[in-house]
Amino acid sequence: MVMPCSGIGKAYGEIGRQATYALMDDLCPDRVTTTCLAKLMIGDPDAVDLIKNNEVITVDGCAHDCARKNVESTGKKVDRAVRVISAFKQHRDLKPAGVLDLGEPGYKLVKILAQDLAQGIDCPVRKED
Amino acid sequence: MLELELVEISPKKVGIIPCNGEELPEGTLTRFACRKVLDKLKPSNTVTICLPLFIAGGKEEREFAQKFPTITVDGCDKQCSRINTERLSGKPRHSIVITDLLKEHGINAPGSARTLVDMDRQTVDLVAKEIAKKVDQILAE
Repeated sequence: MVMPCSGIGKAYGEIGRQATYALMDDLCPDRVTTTCLAKLMIGDPDAVDLIKNNEVITVDGCAHDCARKNVESTGKKVDRAVRVISAFKQHRDLKPAGVLDLGEPGYKLVKILAQDLAQGIDCPVRKED
Repeated sequence: MLELELVEISPKKVGIIPCNGEELPEGTLTRFACRKVLDKLKPSNTVTICLPLFIAGGKEEREFAQKFPTITVDGCDKQCSRINTERLSGKPRHSIVITDLLKEHGINAPGSARTLVDMDRQTVDLVAKEIAKKVDQILAE
């Protein structure tokens, strides 16, 4: 399970979500899935079961760590917690264009983050082109 | 002689709380529509909070619905945003459910949670206008 945060205040939340979608659709389609973070907050039994019975990586946009804290509120300890802001600090030239429309630099950061996550969960990373 | 006192009046703010559902295309609609309201349609009168901050944050975040009249925007009928806002912060003034709204207008949901196509942008506009209408109703109260 890869659980991105729900942030829409800054672009980092969207980068985490897009990296998660890239993992699910492109890099590790058979091994990665996600669910809505908000479902954990209402104790949705299916969402909670998915979290409790799988390895969980959280991808948070900012230091509030909403994804990690909400997953851990179910009693599950996350297997890996990633902050998008940390990835951005290593690639400061890749400044997203907008909060939800990331533009080319933002999507480059999405790819870098998705590939890092894929290696961490032992997925075969496909070379671009 | 009449004495006048100048008083600064801050514009009333309305809190918009989308579910942001990452799993569903309708959740993506809530994000884009809410950003449109915040950035384009009602920038002076709206604020938002990330729903999960009600758990991850502190007292200040939990008082959000007491500070602002709120509109929750949910992608599906689980209504995570409305339920969590009511439980952790305060009763929202209005609640919008995207699946109901699309049904009412005979519109299909986007095909993907990951990417919206041009046709979906019209759906974003529809949802954003509906939210803005509710904002206007609150501002007029």
